[in-house]
Amino acid sequence: MSAHICGDYKTSYKEDMVLFQTFFSKFWLIAFLIFLCIIPHFLDNYVLYVCNMIGIAIIGALGLNILTGFTGQISLGHGAFLGIGAYASAYLVMDLGIPFFIAMPCAGLITAMFGMVFGIPSLRLKGLYLAIATLAAQFIIEYLMVHVEPVTNGVLGKMVDFPSIMGFTFDTDLKYFYLIGTVAILATIMSKNIVRTRSGRAFIAIRDQYISAEVMGVNLFKYKLLAFAFSSFLAGIAGSLWAHYVTIITPEHFTIGVSIEYLAMIIIGGMGSIIGSIFGAVFMVLLPEVLRGLSGTLSGEFPMIVNIFAAIKEGVFGLIIIIFLVYEPDGMAHRWQMIKAYWKLWPFSY
Amino acid sequence: MGEGKTASAPQVILEAESVSLSFGGVNALLNVGFKVEQGDIYSVIGPNGAGKSSMFNVISGLYRPQRGRILYKGKEITTLPPHKIAPLGIARSFQNVELFKGMTVIDNLLLGRHIHMKSGLFSGGLFFGKAQKEELRHREFVEDLIDFLEIEHIRKKPVGTLSYGLQKRLELGRALALEPELLLLDEPMAGMNLEETEDMARFILDINRERDTTVLLIEHDMGVVMDISDKVTVLNFGELLASGTPQEIQENPVVINAYLGDEDSVFLAGRAG
Repeated sequence: MSAHICGDYKTSYKEDMVLFQTFFSKFWLIAFLIFLCIIPHFLDNYVLYVCNMIGIAIIGALGLNILTGFTGQISLGHGAFLGIGAYASAYLVMDLGIPFFIAMPCAGLITAMFGMVFGIPSLRLKGLYLAIATLAAQFIIEYLMVHVEPVTNGVLGKMVDFPSIMGFTFDTDLKYFYLIGTVAILATIMSKNIVRTRSGRAFIAIRDQYISAEVMGVNLFKYKLLAFAFSSFLAGIAGSLWAHYVTIITPEHFTIGVSIEYLAMIIIGGMGSIIGSIFGAVFMVLLPEVLRGLSGTLSGEFPMIVNIFAAIKEGVFGLIIIIFLVYEPDGMAHRWQMIKAYWKLWPFSY
Repeated sequence: MGEGKTASAPQVILEAESVSLSFGGVNALLNVGFKVEQGDIYSVIGPNGAGKSSMFNVISGLYRPQRGRILYKGKEITTLPPHKIAPLGIARSFQNVELFKGMTVIDNLLLGRHIHMKSGLFSGGLFFGKAQKEELRHREFVEDLIDFLEIEHIRKKPVGTLSYGLQKRLELGRALALEPELLLLDEPMAGMNLEETEDMARFILDINRERDTTVLLIEHDMGVVMDISDKVTVLNFGELLASGTPQEIQENPVVINAYLGDEDSVFLAGRAG
């Protein structure tokens, strides 16, 4: 098996546009997918739960990365958009009796509409000012989640059933793994395709140089709103999956803290990178679990560590974000590129 | 297209009618009017701060003048937003390179094809059938452009890593990707060495002749301006000083006094002769 082609032997532009270029990368992609299909059967429920949370985080992080990483529109309201998706889906399924597989995309669309409304200020506001405007969105939506009780059941929380499609109920972590996995893979493919085609180029153009984008014929308002819509759509999907997984949702699940966690994901993973969203999501979900595991093993010798676990967790979060901003501002995706570039020529990297 | 130069009564492609633009109390443009004929290379010259770039910004819709009108092919475009002016066939480059630094050369040029493409968010996300074919078709167009500009070797490089001269050339390419009928070039030779300047002049002449593109040019390099322009307009402190052929402008005492200067004009005459 030849490991790598050492040159460009492509004879058509179509070949040049294929995502996975070499036999090698295709092979590993398929191997990875097969691995994903088989491995859950050998994992216990706790690990599966973590995997599912990672899957949901990937979908949400992809959404935020399209908006903030690719289009350059910072959003501090992503957590609230997750909430809208969760409540919309819960309301559609529990109160209106709409089947889950229709309710989930509908929840996405409803969230997209909210996203577009709160994206309107982006036409006039940039950077810090837009951050404040989206922060307002966060608080307005939080207020709505508490006070629109007929829909959300307020602070008491809303009970949600496990989703079922055609009589098949996703009532175990294992079954849910496949549901989330499928949606996460679809979301990844969709996002990747968007950023390499016309709309995605318009997004990046707006981020890099909005004046020339406009002069080249890009309708800034339309594409900023589209970015908000798609970002919120994915947030809505993630929220919907989340709601039906944890089966009880309250407004406290969708606070500003969640928004910041998602921002941290794309900063650590890599702004403006699809694979970066995935790395960031994996990292941010795994980190507290690893810390919890560590504090569990250490609690034998240092009993008080359990008491201050929450504080340690926040502290380590903050520290890691600072370390990333200083040493790897382009995120894990950039590091990944470097590693790949190194191994491409290994062992003759000169 | 293309009858401009040969027809007996040349068509006016762009007309500025007594355009005035002020920022606060400062007059950037005062009653500026000129006509650009189809197929010409039309240069706008003048000292720094004369209002040349402001004029370009008015034409491309970034600024809205307080008074006056801009007519493109007889249609008023003064109040149109920039993204509606581009599809009419007007493209421009910027004085300070304003490329999309995070994108590759190919993607920058493909963004120039934006108005010629149709696929939306959803079809792009599926990347199947029509959207894929469309990407492919425009990729071919862009590759022709890469060939024309002789930048094959950098086609997949992120723009931020390129040298200044190449960035300038790429910005010209991005404007060309729009297939404009009127091309506004804001100091395309600024900061270039002699070789790069000559390359750029050659590209501009090629674009003008082979692609039937009218070129409106702002440039400080008088040698180039006088060599390649069909018409020259001089701005000074926001006001129009003179318009005419390069020869007329070089001999115009007002222009010599205000801008070219005596020694310069001697130098130019020597170069032209």
